[in-house]
Amino acid sequence: MSTTVDFPIHNPVEDILRMDRIPTIWCPGCGIGTSVNSFAYALLSTGIELKKVAIVSGIGCSGRVSGYTKMDSFHVTHGRAIPFATGLKLANPELTVVVYSGDGDLTSIGGNHLIHAARRNMDLLVVCVNNMIYAMTGGQAAATTPGAAISTTTPYGSFEPELNIAHLVDAAGASFVARWTVFHVKMLEKTMKEALSKKGFRFIEVLSPCPTLYGRRNNLADGLAAMKDYKERSKIRNGAPTHETALVQGGEIVVGKFVDRERPDYLTLMRQQLGANYHPLPPQPDENPEAGVAKEDCCSC
Amino acid sequence: MARGSVAVTTERCKGCGFCVEFCPTKVLALSSAFNAKGYHAPYMEDPDKCSGCNLCGMYCPDFAIYGYRFPKETGEPAEGKQQ
Ligand code: SF4
Ligand code: SF4
Ligand code: SF4
Repeated sequence: MSTTVDFPIHNPVEDILRMDRIPTIWCPGCGIGTSVNSFAYALLSTGIELKKVAIVSGIGCSGRVSGYTKMDSFHVTHGRAIPFATGLKLANPELTVVVYSGDGDLTSIGGNHLIHAARRNMDLLVVCVNNMIYAMTGGQAAATTPGAAISTTTPYGSFEPELNIAHLVDAAGASFVARWTVFHVKMLEKTMKEALSKKGFRFIEVLSPCPTLYGRRNNLADGLAAMKDYKERSKIRNGAPTHETALVQGGEIVVGKFVDRERPDYLTLMRQQLGANYHPLPPQPDENPEAGVAKEDCCSC
Repeated sequence: MARGSVAVTTERCKGCGFCVEFCPTKVLALSSAFNAKGYHAPYMEDPDKCSGCNLCGMYCPDFAIYGYRFPKETGEPAEGKQQ
């Protein structure tokens, strides 16, 4: 339905997407793609060279983000996005490493890694798309599933209180903690931009509708209805103490930037403490194309 | 007078309606026509109100719509070949 115009129309988001992989596998009304728009604009506005950005995802619907983005992207085993990203960052500290994954992957299967990366203040940006369920594996209850919510493994409602991830990573020592929903596209973009320009462990939780596996069983079978619900229930409280931001089914959704503190990150401390004993890795082969593979490194064939 | 317009890639659309609902000036509506996968893509019901703000594009989870502003000098789409 577009009008005929004499200038090129180009959606800048396409610059960071692998367009040959689009359309995505995501269901109609799923919010993951919306969060990708905010991320794309935030990343493009920072001016960071895309060759120096790596995206790591674990398993799950949100884990597909790494496959759709046109950067060095890694889709790793369930729950292990953070340890993989940690290795990547330590081996090549120049990289901007982003972990883009879901709540089931990051907080349930990989919960331990999340705590320790926050404690170490590892220089990573972690975007956690929270749809409150294990979606891709069939709608099982996750640590983030609110109490009383119906899922395939909790047909009578869950008996467990949900995890407040923002509180957890704050307590563990993250230097930046924020939460938005995919309804807040512009605020999310701004927060992502801010987080991309900061050092240390930065955590952004993004609530996103999953009409297929969460909503359908909990009276929100339509992504649009879930979006309107976010709009109604969200309350922006920047700087709110994270222990007051628990997500309760049907209750207020506290959103905003909760924590922004300065704390030396792991690499800085490591370099300081090692002093002269710190040796950065030699340049990698592809950074010096003329060098190629040295003869003596070659096998005897 | 429209200050912008949208480009819709109909075949990528999944008919979620986010763009229709969250357009600040209520420009869009879902069409009654189907795309190849059976979804109803949006069209401009009230094109004069479009500011080209691209909020619809920000909301679209399937990268199927993009709002753009007309260049200042003309304020109107000139005749042209490009879609
Ligand atoms: S199952 Fe849920 S989270 Fe996964 S793509 Fe569908 S709506 Fe999105
Ligand atoms: S560009 Fe803005 S005004 Fe135009 S249809 Fe999209 S959201 Fe509405
Ligand atoms: S937001 Fe995108 S996928 Fe949803 S109806 Fe609009 S164009 Fe289609």
